[in-house]
Amino acid sequence: MKKYTFTEKKDTRSGFGAGMQVLGQTNPNVVAMCADLVGSLKLDTFIKENPERFIQCGISEANMIGMAAGLTIGGKIPFATTFANFGSGRVYDQIRQSVAYSDKNVKIAVSHAGLTLGEDGATHQILEDLAMMRALPGMTVINPCDYNQTKAATIAAGEFEGPVYLRFGRPVIPVFTDPDQKFEIGKAWMVNEGADVSIFATGHLVWEAIQAGEMLEAEGIDAEIINIHTIKPLDEKAILKSVKKTGCLVSAEEHQVAGGLGGAIAELLIQGTPYPQEFIAVKDSFGESGTPAQLMEKYGLTAKDIVAAAKRAIARKK
Amino acid sequence: METTQYSIPTTQNSLVEIASQVRRDILRMVHGCQSGHPGGSLGCADLLVALYFQQMKINNRKGKGGYLSFNIDGKGEDLFFLSNGHISPVFYSVLARRGYFDVKELATFRKINSRLQGHPTTHEGLPGVRIASGSLGQGLSVAIGAALAKKLNGEKNLVYCLMGDGEQQEGQVWEAVQFAPNNNIDNLVAFVDVNGQQIDGSTAKVNNNRDLGAKYKAFGWRVLTVDGNNMDELTTLLRKIKRLVGKGQPIAVMMKTEMGQGVDFMMHSHKWHGVAPNDAQLEQALAQLPETLGDY
Repeated sequence: MKKYTFTEKKDTRSGFGAGMQVLGQTNPNVVAMCADLVGSLKLDTFIKENPERFIQCGISEANMIGMAAGLTIGGKIPFATTFANFGSGRVYDQIRQSVAYSDKNVKIAVSHAGLTLGEDGATHQILEDLAMMRALPGMTVINPCDYNQTKAATIAAGEFEGPVYLRFGRPVIPVFTDPDQKFEIGKAWMVNEGADVSIFATGHLVWEAIQAGEMLEAEGIDAEIINIHTIKPLDEKAILKSVKKTGCLVSAEEHQVAGGLGGAIAELLIQGTPYPQEFIAVKDSFGESGTPAQLMEKYGLTAKDIVAAAKRAIARKK
Repeated sequence: METTQYSIPTTQNSLVEIASQVRRDILRMVHGCQSGHPGGSLGCADLLVALYFQQMKINNRKGKGGYLSFNIDGKGEDLFFLSNGHISPVFYSVLARRGYFDVKELATFRKINSRLQGHPTTHEGLPGVRIASGSLGQGLSVAIGAALAKKLNGEKNLVYCLMGDGEQQEGQVWEAVQFAPNNNIDNLVAFVDVNGQQIDGSTAKVNNNRDLGAKYKAFGWRVLTVDGNNMDELTTLLRKIKRLVGKGQPIAVMMKTEMGQGVDFMMHSHKWHGVAPNDAQLEQALAQLPETLGDY
């Protein structure tokens, strides 16, 4: 098992803020928009450096998405930012008509996705956004795994032409990826090559998958771990190549089991050779208040859950 | 394909003539596919003709096939956004008559493989359309975004938006109405088509908008009113607006129109909001509208 270490923990949303700072300096067309959550989205530096290119929308997410679409018509590259709950489900129709169907170069960049939002509870813990955004024709859906990758993904989203849903989170987590990485949209990242089981993880679950890989190794199981930071377009080639080798898989995400990364992979595999697949995801349930760690444990999204799932998948191999 | 060229009229009379032809186009398009929304389209024909044939500064360069060359970014041009996308027939007719595409293409409205979808869209690449609309309440936000981009780009051009009065029942409209004056969007002119009708009946009965002008004013807009079916009044108002923009306030025009304007049996009711005329009704309607530019 390839060794991954970290010296600090940071939140992925701060990676977004750092990416925006770079874009603010390198691309004069980048505009930041926010619906009354500037501190949460870590936009302070961008705003300080580019006050004329920040649009405070107030608590009006629908209007923000519509204005973002309008800004693209004048050649701007707007990043419409809020919590994931308010930047997806609340404004699905605005994204569908004014952004996706109209093929506008809008970046919807959202924080506090999933259970790890924590104490605010289920009203704010969106667990269906990947499914919704993935279903929209032409939408690119990105869910990076740590601070460095979120920063790189933000810069890549700004350079990419077309609508993007960029999803990140609230809590501090280990920073374990390369600070100078090149982020390629749609290209999976091989975290660890293995032979017995493929673990496809996205977002906060990638670090859990790495820990699971170490635990499995201690039991003599050689896990392949792949970071699927881009849910759409899915790196089908990387997934097919991996499962062909290992013969079974686990998908791991901070999302409902319905329609997320696991669903996307299952849709792909069933068209060819199906392999035993276990889902690490929330099983048709809303979240609740609690600390991020408590919630991840209660809803079965930890490294030890991935270990158990990997063993189940291996046992199902013919 | 043979193309039709039109010179840009400058007289009131010629605008009225074009509006008559546009109304014929609307009726024939809706009749041709036996679906669509003639009522609001007929009511807004005068505004769109006045905007596109006189008021708006648009790129008059001819491109491929002799049609107006169209850039979706609209830099250096005035922009128009149709928020109540169901009145697409009037939008399509005016765009075609203005020279964005061949008027013969109007015959494909709402038919399979057409660029003229039931509601306007950029998806099929129809020149003249910059955003999809149809799901109501979104156009004003888009127009504000485009107006913001013009300010960021240092452009002096104006952005126009048309909404329905029934559409004012959508919450997003009021998010946008609140944002614009607070952010000095003074290169924006929003028209509300006050015809008092929506699908299920009069707006007063379905969900009363009450005094829309007073509401916009309370939010901080400069509010004007006009008879949207009187070309003299419309053109006078549009000229006046050019002197009122750039003064820190967005402008809202409460535009009184008659749904079904120009066809006696379609007026004074909500019944022709989304119903197509049959053969006899089409004939009866066309007899009331002079053919001025040649039917497609």
